[in-house]
Amino acid sequence: MTSHDEAVPGQISGALVRGVGLTGARRRPGRTRKWWVSLLLHGFLIGAAVIAVFPVFWILISSFKDQQEIISSPVLNVWPDDWQISNYTHVLTDDNHIFVTWLWNSLVVAFLTTVIGVFLAATAAYSFSRYRFPGYRPALTAFLITQMFPAAILLVPVYNIILHLGLLNQKAGLVLAYCTTAVPFCVWMLKGYFDTIPISLEEAGQIDGLTPFGTFWRIVVPLSLPGLAVTFFYSFITAWNEVAFANILLVSDKSYTLPVGLQTYVFQFAADWEKMTAAAVIVTLPAVLVFLVAQRYLVSGLTRGGVKG
Amino acid sequence: MLAPVAVVMGLLVFYPLVRGIMLSFTDADRFTIGNKYIPSAYHYIGIKNYKDILSSSDFRRVAEFSLIWTFVNVFFHFTLGLILAVTLNRQIRFRGVYRMLLMVPWAVPSFISAFAWRFIYNNPYGFLDQLLLKLGWQDPPAFLGDPTWAKFAVIMTNVWLGVPFMMVALLGGLQAIDNDLLDAASVDGATTWRRFWDVTMPGLRPVAATVILLGLIWTFNMFNVIFLITGGGPANATQIFPTFAYRAAFTDYLYGQAAAWGVIILSMLLVFGTSYRWLIARSGEETWS
Repeated sequence: MTSHDEAVPGQISGALVRGVGLTGARRRPGRTRKWWVSLLLHGFLIGAAVIAVFPVFWILISSFKDQQEIISSPVLNVWPDDWQISNYTHVLTDDNHIFVTWLWNSLVVAFLTTVIGVFLAATAAYSFSRYRFPGYRPALTAFLITQMFPAAILLVPVYNIILHLGLLNQKAGLVLAYCTTAVPFCVWMLKGYFDTIPISLEEAGQIDGLTPFGTFWRIVVPLSLPGLAVTFFYSFITAWNEVAFANILLVSDKSYTLPVGLQTYVFQFAADWEKMTAAAVIVTLPAVLVFLVAQRYLVSGLTRGGVKG
Repeated sequence: MLAPVAVVMGLLVFYPLVRGIMLSFTDADRFTIGNKYIPSAYHYIGIKNYKDILSSSDFRRVAEFSLIWTFVNVFFHFTLGLILAVTLNRQIRFRGVYRMLLMVPWAVPSFISAFAWRFIYNNPYGFLDQLLLKLGWQDPPAFLGDPTWAKFAVIMTNVWLGVPFMMVALLGGLQAIDNDLLDAASVDGATTWRRFWDVTMPGLRPVAATVILLGLIWTFNMFNVIFLITGGGPANATQIFPTFAYRAAFTDYLYGQAAAWGVIILSMLLVFGTSYRWLIARSGEETWS
């Protein structure tokens, strides 16, 4: 196999070509790699990819099996005996479409957390990036520390606060709880991003008569769209995946979000694995697609903020 | 422009934190915590909660597994992530496809992954037991029923879950390394191995330091995997700090004590985070100046 049959943009191909060659020879475009090295590399990568994908594949395959085949098949049957979609129809229609209700709850909570959280985080991060005020250092350190907060330390006080606000079992309570964890992280990431925007642009804006908020809204926000996208995505995922707060703050099955609702399928003594697998596929496929599109920005955003800190 | 900072800081960070610290000095439980309509009725009891926790056998056991959990996980995340990143950084056919497939564990919502693995570990009809049976293991273990196997099972799941982030972050780090440096090293006669240790690894250092710190904190705080796969069981064998604090609060309803667990966990993270940053900063000076 020749080493230049994959087309890659110039800059990156340089990195690839010179990468870390196991053979000891400097890689040049056009030079061939020993066949057994290629075999080894591909073998290793295929093995790793199989392990990475298998649990998802297994859930997908099992979702087309019937209950008996899932829980009592004594031999390893990869392919379903009889492909059928009844698990999906059950999940979507059983108990008065409760799964759809959970899906809706999850979407609403994640969306509200994202919008409120990113707005608060963006304005706060901008202040941190551009202004020096009394208590600046301690406040910034406090944000860094909150990144280390385990949900464990906030669980009890937030639960307590929400009880006293009377927001138990309500979406508003959950959104509030999620903001306590999502906002500090987003502030930290966005501060790193705002720091890279030259301040001269804003000064120009001010000379042209923009208010401080106007400079922020019309100059900084448009320039930070990639960074904002990362925080947007990050908050959404955080809220979408959250288990602990949702478990304690939601007490009736109509108000459950997906992570709580799906737990009801696999109670210790009555596991509805066939429903679980179908529900898992419905939740996973869109998430995976969105993720694969957004991940490029996510990684650079995460490491950028961190490295600068 | 400072108003948002004040609001965010005050309401979302300090208020819950202070309230948590205050609760940790009380005997609040399900009957005394109060709500919108019933006033709270708990009392100040000094440092009793802390004393109780630190002298309990639970603390030792949970601390032990928390440490194993955190370090074993991050060790494998980083090592496997680095190996995969270096492999993917070579020019190789289907590179994009491999990269995408290897990222799947990160893309799947973590609660779904936890359920998927629980399904695989299921005894005796789960995939893993069936596979082992086929491979000739007469009596494959109940992965979630045996304390030791359960520890193995949750760690394996979390390793699977955390490798892609490391891989992608390190791949980014590798591609940012200046090729002229590698070229210069080659010209000077450095072997591949020397170039890796003396050029690539130091170049990766800033990214590596950051992702390892993030990884340690995230893993230490990881709730979903253990909670959804074993619930901390069997017999509390797989409890780590966050899941145990959760249990104290919402199974035993000892809110005061759970708050104290929270404060203890936070203090440990603070000590750890500060010393890590200090170490990195110090060794950085030695290397670069």
